[in-house]
Amino acid sequence: MSNAVSALQGKLAPGEVTIREAGLRGMIVLRGDLTDKKLRAVCSGVTGVDYPGQGQANCVGEKGLCWMSPDELLVLVPYAEVAEAIALIDKALKGTHYLAENVSDARALILVEGTYGREVIAKLAPADLHPDSFKPGDFRRTRLGQVAAAFWMRDEDTFEVICFRSVAEYTFNLLAASAKAGAVGHF
Amino acid sequence: MLTLHCPYCGVDADETDLHAGGQAHLKRFGPGSSDEEFEDYLFMRENPKGVHFERWRHVYGCGKWFLAARCTNTLEVFGTYPAQTLEPPKDIRDKIAGTRPGWSWGIFK
Repeated sequence: MSNAVSALQGKLAPGEVTIREAGLRGMIVLRGDLTDKKLRAVCSGVTGVDYPGQGQANCVGEKGLCWMSPDELLVLVPYAEVAEAIALIDKALKGTHYLAENVSDARALILVEGTYGREVIAKLAPADLHPDSFKPGDFRRTRLGQVAAAFWMRDEDTFEVICFRSVAEYTFNLLAASAKAGAVGHF
Repeated sequence: MLTLHCPYCGVDADETDLHAGGQAHLKRFGPGSSDEEFEDYLFMRENPKGVHFERWRHVYGCGKWFLAARCTNTLEVFGTYPAQTLEPPKDIRDKIAGTRPGWSWGIFK
């Protein structure tokens, strides 16, 4: 593969809340014993962020760690650094039971930027997005419309949404339609 | 609408986030069992109007199976607990007994 492209190649739906496909991002699925100190250390080493608690995501720039389930972690790194990161994880966890797989090209990352981004997502997901219950640092796996997705807040006005690459266009259009319909004024 | 608390990821999951897995606490009868036992294991299920124990999977979330105790009549949820549990935990049984004195379900009461 000489020329890797993201699912929607940076597609943009401008508006009061802008929906933007974020382009290529390195994502590694890491399954294993998440209580293992070696595992936590190498994850922090690769990404430079602290190990997240249950239902949390620690992200700085393009790097981050997201808690997916009691035995699964999503490691975010820049797209070009995936192979290097997996090599470091393999080296650190050699001999233990784990799986680290590059899923960068199997996923899409979409950004929801704007003041009522919270409502754009709340209209589509069966999740409590009230400012008191969902804050920057929280991470939620759920569905958007009819497809599986996960999201977290980079800051108060920016949501990052991941979904499977095959449904990237659906998810994008869904978010764009929700943004275009405007705020409900619920929060 | 049913909302169940996932004991694995701590999320209060909506029914549409979940997948129903049928009756909980089945005892498997495989090779070596009698035809009647095998038939019971395969086909015979509780169908109560009231207290029920079910398997659910947090399919859009963490993907884990868990068990739930709820009332099929009022949709009251008594509690959820991990799938690696052989019988309903005491706190959930006490809670059911509080509002449904004399309840019974399969081998539990």
